[in-house]
Amino acid sequence: MGDLDFLKVKHLHIDYDKLELDLLNKVLEEEPSFQWCISCGCCTASCSAGNHTTFNVRRISLLLRRGEIESLEKELEKCMLCGKCTLVCPRDIQLRNVVMNIKRNILKYKMILL
Amino acid sequence: MDANIKVSINRIYWSEYIKEIPRDNYFFFRSCIRQTFFPGAEQMFLNILSKNLNLNYKDDPDLTTCTGIGYHSDIIPLETVHTMVARHFSLMNESGYSNFVISCVTTFGVMTEALNMWHEFPETLEKTIENLYKTTKRTFELPKTIAHASDIIYLYRDEIAKQCIYKLINKKTGQPLKGVDHVGCHYAKIFPQHGVGGAEFPKVLSEMIKSWGGEVIDYPARRHCCGFGFRQYFIKETRGYSLTHSQVKFESMEPYQPDFIITNCPGCNMFMDRWQYVIQETTGKVYSVDGNGIPVLTYEEVAAILLGYDPIEIGLFMHQTDVLPLLEKIGVEFDKDRYLSLRSQCIKK
Amino acid sequence: MKKIVVIGAGIAGLEVSKQLLQANLPVTLIEQSSKIGGNIKNYAYLFPDFYNAEDLLNSYQYIITDPNLQLLLNAHVSKIDFSKKIYNVITKDGITIPADAIVIATGYNTFDARLKEEFGYGIYDNVITSVELEQMFKKQEIITPSGKVPERIGFIHCVGSRDAKVSNTYCSRLCCITAIKQAIETKKLLPLVEIFCFYIDLRMYGLLFEDLYLSAQRDYNIQFVRGRLSEASEMIDKKIQIKAEDTLIGRPLQMSADMIVLMVGMEASDFSKQFKYHNDLNVNEHGFFDPINPHNLRNLTAKEGVFLAGTSIGPMSVGETIDHARGTALSVLSYIKSN
Repeated sequence: MGDLDFLKVKHLHIDYDKLELDLLNKVLEEEPSFQWCISCGCCTASCSAGNHTTFNVRRISLLLRRGEIESLEKELEKCMLCGKCTLVCPRDIQLRNVVMNIKRNILKYKMILL
Repeated sequence: MDANIKVSINRIYWSEYIKEIPRDNYFFFRSCIRQTFFPGAEQMFLNILSKNLNLNYKDDPDLTTCTGIGYHSDIIPLETVHTMVARHFSLMNESGYSNFVISCVTTFGVMTEALNMWHEFPETLEKTIENLYKTTKRTFELPKTIAHASDIIYLYRDEIAKQCIYKLINKKTGQPLKGVDHVGCHYAKIFPQHGVGGAEFPKVLSEMIKSWGGEVIDYPARRHCCGFGFRQYFIKETRGYSLTHSQVKFESMEPYQPDFIITNCPGCNMFMDRWQYVIQETTGKVYSVDGNGIPVLTYEEVAAILLGYDPIEIGLFMHQTDVLPLLEKIGVEFDKDRYLSLRSQCIKK
Repeated sequence: MKKIVVIGAGIAGLEVSKQLLQANLPVTLIEQSSKIGGNIKNYAYLFPDFYNAEDLLNSYQYIITDPNLQLLLNAHVSKIDFSKKIYNVITKDGITIPADAIVIATGYNTFDARLKEEFGYGIYDNVITSVELEQMFKKQEIITPSGKVPERIGFIHCVGSRDAKVSNTYCSRLCCITAIKQAIETKKLLPLVEIFCFYIDLRMYGLLFEDLYLSAQRDYNIQFVRGRLSEASEMIDKKIQIKAEDTLIGRPLQMSADMIVLMVGMEASDFSKQFKYHNDLNVNEHGFFDPINPHNLRNLTAKEGVFLAGTSIGPMSVGETIDHARGTALSVLSYIKSN
């Protein structure tokens, strides 16, 4: 039966009941302004990194909320922390601090798992 | 309501902002890299201060680095940066000066950031005082004013214009030369209140161009970074991002056919100058109609040319993108043969 | 005879006056400009049915000749003296008008788009506001400030609204439908023009608004990009380069347009701003007057005998303003009766 790959097909829907939201809650606790995003995209449009790589700073909020922590870590490596996103945000979200917090918390989170 | 229709179309809120620029008695802080890339630029600043403007400055040989390059490459910890900055301030106190004038935009960013951090988080200032005392037995006071060297030239731009022998005008056609101003990111993008005109409309360089007879070009990518970005450039794998960023700027300014680019940041000057050559070598693309590329100069170099300093003394032959076409347009008289021979020794094409 | 003072001769003030005059009460109507009408003078047509704004304003002209109406034009109210039982409304020119009841119908200001410097208004020629486009509709001719018939226009939503960076965190709610109305009118005048609306959310709150949105897509081929303008710059041919994120595809987007139209939001009037730190009248964090409550006491202030009408309490459409003003007139009538 080993060559039958039925169970290798992944479910692509987001199963909200199984999400790991500890990291999100931790980040929100430290930078509550992250909650206020309206996905207007100003941050991504002005992002220096986003102009030359696939980095999308707006999507980090979505990745975190939908538990896609693996891809989030990779994604954040592209950020240069220049802070332009914070400058243009109409909701005054401290995005630079959000990025720093996620990075720090992913590190902690991983250490707990080890 | 009628009052809501445009009142004055050209009103920019930031233009009403006035930055406090000291008028004399400068404590000069040099850049680490400028003297190797564009060796005459800093000296020209000092010459203009002493010879043309009769101003007093101190150039202290005990000063070292601001750590900017290490700091932005994540090699040097913040505490070290703060202690080093504090030491420089301490040296300034020692010689009795209180107007800190900085040659490099990165340094300007590092120092304004330190001052801001000490202001917002007083515990970091306490820690710095402690660290400085432990390591050097020194104490320090904060500077009264902090200014970038371009602020000083901006302040005295009209005085310089009066003394100019040449103007930013094409000698043959009588038309003003078209200049692109490129202001370093760390000049006003971190703390807009520290820059003349803020972050969106910095006018520190454009006003110089205007004062000296030239025309300023406003192009879409005007406020873009030059692409230096310490981390991107230092690692070969990511150097492409740096180059691509500069390319965005060149392509955006190309239709306007600028005669020159004027910068106030060592990194920008270096990269906008050298990357034009790299792009030319790799793709064959040249951004000026004469096939030379667009000359990139610092504001001191431009001031010095117009004031009649010898282009050789200014070190213009060290530029990768040849400045000669610009000198010819302005009509500068100098020893061209010597210039060309020095250039062939320094710049291998 | 009880005296009523109405401050502001925009449609709210006009409607309140009209109702009170019908009830045979004398009204003093104070207007700061030289003409009646207020902000509606800025508009050519009204959404959602393209009703002629001038016709609507003209329907109020007859009250000017009413013998019970005292109309003061070019009069700025500088102070209201609440110290006596009969209040005194004092103008800059020193005229004092006694009042048993005061109606504040001071309307709104449109947002000063120069505050969003990154959008280039007042700096680049071809960046205009929705109010200026409306002037072009009045002339029935759309030409960019640099003198060209536009081939592509960008409509920028939420300029000065929902923006903490200019301290206006509220939604002006009418700009969305105004943009769609203006886009359709533009298309009617210039069938070949390409129109792109850059929005964060499209708030089609009125019954017929969604129909107009559908019509914009179906009948006029107006394009909608879900992303807020990040910055605008001028190109060599005076076109405007738009930068935004197309948030639905998730990538930064660049586009050149012959002209961009900034959909400027509604801001509190200068009159209400001056009461911000005043003890007698409540002004909320957004600078608008606060009614006692927003449900059944929307026309009343905490100060006895002082009433609110129209956009002095927040952004409202023309129809809503007139409805609200009628409610205010009713409140004034019952107040006058009971005193």
